[in-house]
Amino acid sequence: MSIQFVIAVTHLVSRKRPTLVSLVGIALGVAFFLAVSSLMRGSERDFIKRLVDNSPHLTVYDEYRNPQPQPATLRWPDGAVELRRVKPLREVRGIRGHAQKLAFIESLPGLRAAPVLVGSVVLTFAGRSEGVTLNGIVPAKMKGVSTIEDKMTQGSLEALAAHPNGLIIGEGLARKFGLSLGGVVNAVSPAGESRALKVVGIFRTGNAGYDETQTFALLKRAQGLLDRPDRVNRFILQFDDPYVARDVASLIEARIGYKAVSWLEASEDLMSVLLVRNLIMYSVVSAILVVAAFGIYNTISTIVMEKVHDIAILKSMGFHARDVRRIFLAEGVLLGLVGSLLGLGLGLGLMALLVQVEIKPPGATDTVHLPIYWGYDQYLLALGFAMVSAVGAAVLPARKAARVQPVTILRGMG
Amino acid sequence: MNRGPLTPNPSPTRDEGSQWSGPILAAENLGRVLPGEVPVTLVQDVTLDIERGEFVAIMGPSGSGKSSLLYLLGLLDTPTSGRVWLDGRDTSRFGEDELAATRLENLGFVFQFHFLLAEFTVLDNVLLPMRRLGARPEEKARQRAADLLQQFGLGDQGHKRPHQLSGGQRQRVAIARALANDPPVVLADEPTGNLDSRASANVRQILHDLTRELGKTVVAVTHDLTFASAADRRIGIVDGLIAPDWRA
Ligand SMILES: Nc1ncnc2c1ncn2[C@@H]1O[C@H](COP(=O)(O)OP(=O)(O)OP(=O)(O)O)[C@@H](O)[C@H]1O
Ligand SMILES: [Mg+2]
Repeated sequence: MSIQFVIAVTHLVSRKRPTLVSLVGIALGVAFFLAVSSLMRGSERDFIKRLVDNSPHLTVYDEYRNPQPQPATLRWPDGAVELRRVKPLREVRGIRGHAQKLAFIESLPGLRAAPVLVGSVVLTFAGRSEGVTLNGIVPAKMKGVSTIEDKMTQGSLEALAAHPNGLIIGEGLARKFGLSLGGVVNAVSPAGESRALKVVGIFRTGNAGYDETQTFALLKRAQGLLDRPDRVNRFILQFDDPYVARDVASLIEARIGYKAVSWLEASEDLMSVLLVRNLIMYSVVSAILVVAAFGIYNTISTIVMEKVHDIAILKSMGFHARDVRRIFLAEGVLLGLVGSLLGLGLGLGLMALLVQVEIKPPGATDTVHLPIYWGYDQYLLALGFAMVSAVGAAVLPARKAARVQPVTILRGMG
Repeated sequence: MNRGPLTPNPSPTRDEGSQWSGPILAAENLGRVLPGEVPVTLVQDVTLDIERGEFVAIMGPSGSGKSSLLYLLGLLDTPTSGRVWLDGRDTSRFGEDELAATRLENLGFVFQFHFLLAEFTVLDNVLLPMRRLGARPEEKARQRAADLLQQFGLGDQGHKRPHQLSGGQRQRVAIARALANDPPVVLADEPTGNLDSRASANVRQILHDLTRELGKTVVAVTHDLTFASAADRRIGIVDGLIAPDWRA
């Protein structure tokens, strides 16, 4: 242990009260930082979880992000001739070579994927017609990527496997048609195909629009009905960690060419609002640490003033200016570090208390716990801010101490 | 008069092997003026040589510039004119770092007021310069500190804090600390100024013995005539100038 550090420790230990006050300042700052940060980040996560769970983490569409260039522009990139009435080539929509592409996506770790064919059909029952979205799915795969299974109020996804002509509809639609489990509806596609489908399941997500317009059938049946044999126009992906979706999206897009949209991209405006919210929150809680830093500044300045004779004697003994500066910077580091550790303990205690708080939102039936975020990044942030404030507070007194001229002090004594 | 430093040193960075045999400490036209609206002259045109192993007393009326001269000789203050030679080296060429390093290894200070660090034990105070220099392992340094205290009759006081000692004891601790890194030169500013006659005699004897037994060079500012008469040489300072025929 360097002698500078020993002197720093001695200074602090011999001045118990100001040292303690400084420590308490930093500790309270860090604890408050953590309590607020864990609450804000926790509620943010909670909010995002709701957002994320009810929509795919990543969707691969049978589209390109940028329109395919016209052959004429490829041939004459600098050509001045403008071609009018150019239309993209007619092609059968859908993801080409979807089996290999899906196999590639499924080979990536930490995710599950399901192929879907989405199209529009008109359902007719008892003289009533409704245009709905038909999702052709593979039930076993769909279970891995969607929470729809948990939202089933009657029947199940597996029932589709057992009944090739089965159809799953939302509660809203069922009410509209007066349909119940086992009812048979007629489905007509824009391709002109028509088929009788039997309701084998009813779901309720709580989102009225979704419950009235979304229906599910077997992929094979949907392909037949929409007259798109062996076609798939979407992959739906679900991740263990939703936050990797953005990176995986660009990887997939680069690899297979089709547009891959992550939930982060789909809700970019919301994410930027959350980012701003976090910035404001961290500015406010860091300001508390800056206030605590004044306590440290005061303590170290007082020590420098009281110890000006010691500084003179150390320098006359052969200590460098930077040795002296280090002594007082070390005091800042020590106060910051010990204060942060105390604050970390206090903050964790606060968080443990907060997580037990139960609240009953107005109108809700069941109580909920406050969402608390436990991620380590906020501890590092708190520690970082505390250390920067503490060392920052020590810089000026340390510089003043380093500048003390021994003769000036000695003359004053003589 | 054989004034080594005044004849230009042929090789300012001396070869490692060759030992400088001239004066250990020399002042060459040394002057110090405090700048200000009315500049104050502390020391004027002081030229003197101090030989190895010499015990020198600096005397003079109060306010004549004795302390100021000592600070210049001890490289604590920077002269406004002239220069200080230490062991044949021109210290006016030194930067901050080299000055500090030289004070650490080659110079020991003893002041009128003991100037010990109050939070440290007596032993730790003596250890301070050794720990800063880091030349001795901790064990060896502790042994040396204990030996020094023993030598000055403080063998059983090492664990005490400075405020638990008498003035004379503290001054002996300060001497032990000044000697910690075994510097060739010890500078003392009224080391007995605050002590009764018995403690004074003790400190005087110790400083005297340093020159005789350890070959140290001791330069001490003093008002004490008994102290001065024990010295090999007395230098009178009046109004910042050397006064050859000054008598207290
Ligand atoms: N900061 C200062 N500003 C102006 N004058 C000063 C200052 N410090 C010292 N002096 C003057 O410089 C002169 C030399 O002071 P110095 O301390 O060297 O004297 P001294 O011989 O050691 O005196 P003493 O025997 O009382 O210790 C004195 O006349 C003093 O008044
Ligand atoms: Mg003096």
